[in-house]
Amino acid sequence: MGELIKDGLRIDGRKPDELRPIKIEAGVLYRADGSAYVEWGGNKVLAAVYGPRELLPKHMQDPTKAVVNARYNMASFSVEDRKRPGPDRRSIEISKVTSEALESVIFTELFPRAVIDINIEILDAEAGTRCAGITAAAVALADAGIPMRDIPAACAAGKVDGQVVLDLRKEEDQEGEADLPIAIAPRTEEILLLQMDGHLTYKEFEEALELAIKGSKYVSKLQKEALRRKYKKVEEE
Amino acid sequence: MMEEKEREIVLPGSVVGDAKGEKAGRGTFIEDGKIYAARLGILDRRGDYINIIPLSGVYEPSVGDSVIGVIQEAMKNMWVIDINAPYPAILTGEESPWRVGYGETEKFLKTGDVIVASILRIDEARNIDLTMKCKPCRKVDEGIIIEIQPSKVPRVIGKGGSMLSVIKKYTGCWIFVGQNGRIWLKCEKNASLAIKAIRKIEAEAHTVGLTQRIEKMLRDENG
Repeated sequence: MGELIKDGLRIDGRKPDELRPIKIEAGVLYRADGSAYVEWGGNKVLAAVYGPRELLPKHMQDPTKAVVNARYNMASFSVEDRKRPGPDRRSIEISKVTSEALESVIFTELFPRAVIDINIEILDAEAGTRCAGITAAAVALADAGIPMRDIPAACAAGKVDGQVVLDLRKEEDQEGEADLPIAIAPRTEEILLLQMDGHLTYKEFEEALELAIKGSKYVSKLQKEALRRKYKKVEEE
Repeated sequence: MMEEKEREIVLPGSVVGDAKGEKAGRGTFIEDGKIYAARLGILDRRGDYINIIPLSGVYEPSVGDSVIGVIQEAMKNMWVIDINAPYPAILTGEESPWRVGYGETEKFLKTGDVIVASILRIDEARNIDLTMKCKPCRKVDEGIIIEIQPSKVPRVIGKGGSMLSVIKKYTGCWIFVGQNGRIWLKCEKNASLAIKAIRKIEAEAHTVGLTQRIEKMLRDENG
């Protein structure tokens, strides 16, 4: 294993608590009810929201609330070796946890029997795609005018070379000791998603969680700026 | 007037007021004594009420709306109608303007036919019933139907119908705007000009001074 942290800096020159550069754009697709595009380091993610609309087949409907159906999909060209297209064990899991994370902030009871479809396409992947996906999906939901308690934001922390760091890049994710992606509702700091890969002591976990929450709050600021930018632009024309 | 007021854009989860002194209106929710915006839109204070005017989103049906619907299916004594909402709507034979015998629905409206109808009631399971016993209600027999984003409908109509009358004046078209974002046009000529104007309104819905610009565009292009 090569050295991932040298003189307090990481291989891409970031400090331990520094995020990769993030660019968010809201409302990029015409046909979708809401959409967003996120570039997060080497990740490129497109999210589209459709609905609320009628859920078919009918037996899938819930008469008390709307179903939130997120679909996470990696493009075959998003990784170095071609990824076999279609859902696999990993993307089915990410779709499930994403759906549940986003559902917990949406006022689903306002749309009984309906479905809110969220499509997350990973065009380019470089570690942290589920966080980038949730971040993009949250902006797309707001853009679609879906009633929500908050705009969720996501970010990962982890442990590399014995040190807790924010937002792992590819090499750090593969060779590091732990990865802790989370999603929060920034207003209340309610945790919507928390997964962990690798090993952390309890103290390190607390440190990493705090760091990831801080990172998510910064991401949340960027999300809000992106939404304001879109609607400001149309207002000022 | 809507155009001169300072308009503040709010995002889901932002604080818009205090639940003690103010009342939570449309598009808001209360948590721990504070009023929050539930969706993206423009903040609108009306009396004690705080409302959010949506800038995007699907059509949310409410009772009394006049809508343009497409017949999806003719059942024995009712029709299932797509009104561009998250839920299909039902029109029964009794609520139609005709005497419809059992099994005779197809004589009056077939799949694919278009009607103007009004929303009669919505229950808590979001079953929507329509009626055709209203003034603008009829079967659409001629003209063009176009679809716009439902959140832009108020802008196409304009304050007190001002925008719509400008388009009617310069194009000579007969226009009916359904609350669900479908627009019915009957034009002698100028149909493409009217559609162009409506598309322009849709694209620039949040801008100031739109009525004047649309009027100028119509005047210039009409020669």
